[in-house]
Amino acid sequence: MASHRDLPVGLMDQLFHNTGSSSFTEFVGSHAPGLLPVRGEILATPIGDQVPHATTIVAATFAGGVVMAGDRRATSGNIISQRDVEKVFRTDDYSCMGIAGTASTGIEMARLYRVELEHYEKLEGRTLSVNGKANRLAAMIRGNLAMAMQGLVVVPLFAAYDAERDGGRIFSYDVAGGPYERDRFDAIGSGSIFARGSLKKLYRDGASAGDMAMTLIQALYDAADDDSATGGPDVTRKIWPIVSVIDADGFRRLPEEEVTGYVEQMLEARLISPDGPIAPLR
Amino acid sequence: MSMPFGYASPEQIMRDKADYARKGIARGRSVVVLQYEDGILFVAPNPSRALHKISEIYDRIGFAAVGRYNEFEELRLGGIRYADINGYTYDRSDVTGRGLANLYASNLGRIFTESIKSLEVEVVVAEVGDVPDGDAIYRLTFDGSVFDEHGFAAMGGQADAVGTRLKEGYRESMPLADALEVALTALTEPGGERPPVGQLEVAVLDRNREHRKFQRLVGPRLERLLAARPGAAAGSPLEADDSASDTPPPTAPEGDLDDGSPPL
Repeated sequence: MASHRDLPVGLMDQLFHNTGSSSFTEFVGSHAPGLLPVRGEILATPIGDQVPHATTIVAATFAGGVVMAGDRRATSGNIISQRDVEKVFRTDDYSCMGIAGTASTGIEMARLYRVELEHYEKLEGRTLSVNGKANRLAAMIRGNLAMAMQGLVVVPLFAAYDAERDGGRIFSYDVAGGPYERDRFDAIGSGSIFARGSLKKLYRDGASAGDMAMTLIQALYDAADDDSATGGPDVTRKIWPIVSVIDADGFRRLPEEEVTGYVEQMLEARLISPDGPIAPLR
Repeated sequence: MSMPFGYASPEQIMRDKADYARKGIARGRSVVVLQYEDGILFVAPNPSRALHKISEIYDRIGFAAVGRYNEFEELRLGGIRYADINGYTYDRSDVTGRGLANLYASNLGRIFTESIKSLEVEVVVAEVGDVPDGDAIYRLTFDGSVFDEHGFAAMGGQADAVGTRLKEGYRESMPLADALEVALTALTEPGGERPPVGQLEVAVLDRNREHRKFQRLVGPRLERLLAARPGAAAGSPLEADDSASDTPPPTAPEGDLDDGSPPL
């Protein structure tokens, strides 16, 4: 605890205590620990399948940025618990995260993480480095390990624009933390195996943001094609994947009309060639 | 029983404390906060680029201060903690400028009555709404008084004179360039030289921005805005910047009182 002598005389309120760290989580831990997600408790029985799970997230870099996309399905065991869940979150002006695994834990983590990044930025007057952001997220996931063992697994995918490199960067994690920086593209969640296979064939270096968004939508379709927990485009309800782009201008979620355009274009092509674009053999 | 030798009446103590604080605040330079068509504009002459007088507290809330840097910096950090913890506990939309102004008021008031030395600061908490009617500017003084200002506020330095000039120039729903012009006119003594662009700290709370409304205006964007002002031809601040580069920005406090740290 910082001593009162560190404060101008009279500022005794805990809010005015300098904890010596710019971390929001650390401040809340000392000021109001009850607000933080409880990590210590042990569940009587693992509750893996009874709570909604978020499924597939894909991300890929393009010339000058990074795109992240997620399908819209949440499942509880064999039940589809939500058709239009949102799993890609803006975390600050130049980064975003997608979550796979227990939806509730993931949403809570994304909310805390956003405050964590902004808190540092406002206190210090500078943004965290991309590596700093990635490391901070790793520590939060590591903190969830005990719950992960009880079935409340959450694994994020983190993407950020790095101004020093003028390009996008992607980091993946496992239940015990990370981060593992990924080259070019990565996918997480139940459909990730299929999405990654698709991305391997469709990824092009130096593509535009629009082309890369199309590539990710194709990859999500391929994932939904083979994985029952990943939702494909819902044509009747007009529910499309969420696609977010981060470049030098910051984070933006692609507007509904633009995504509709990509999805319709893809669906039309898949009516003729159901397996999607064919990569050249040589 | 006779009065001890050092007795001073409570009235006298309060008056002395208030005089002391007022003197400290008046030694710095003024800061101006005013509404414009898209939100709220903050302007502060500030030779330092690292030590800010204006900053972001939360999505829709900005902060400006004059007086002693270490004191208002502590208020700023506490305000950010207050806002972030409430936004995290409830929802981001549940953090209000009024709540923050009350927190500051209670702390400033308590310090003024309980401590030997009151804080030598004056603070503005501004909140931008979805429509101009939703905007709020709260000015807080060293003794914890809160003033709900309409349209504009000036504090620090020759606050009264600056406030008068600001009142003369202020109109509702001005474009940003006009509002900046009004602010700079108010901050400049009649016949005086304007602060060069490199020594201006300018920020806005822009209601049209997504997520976080606060934005600092720096570099080329600020220069373009200053160039766009009416009657920019004469005495352009860009020229003033060139001439000022020969003389380094002042590092010592203005005025004759000096008790250690320079007020910003």
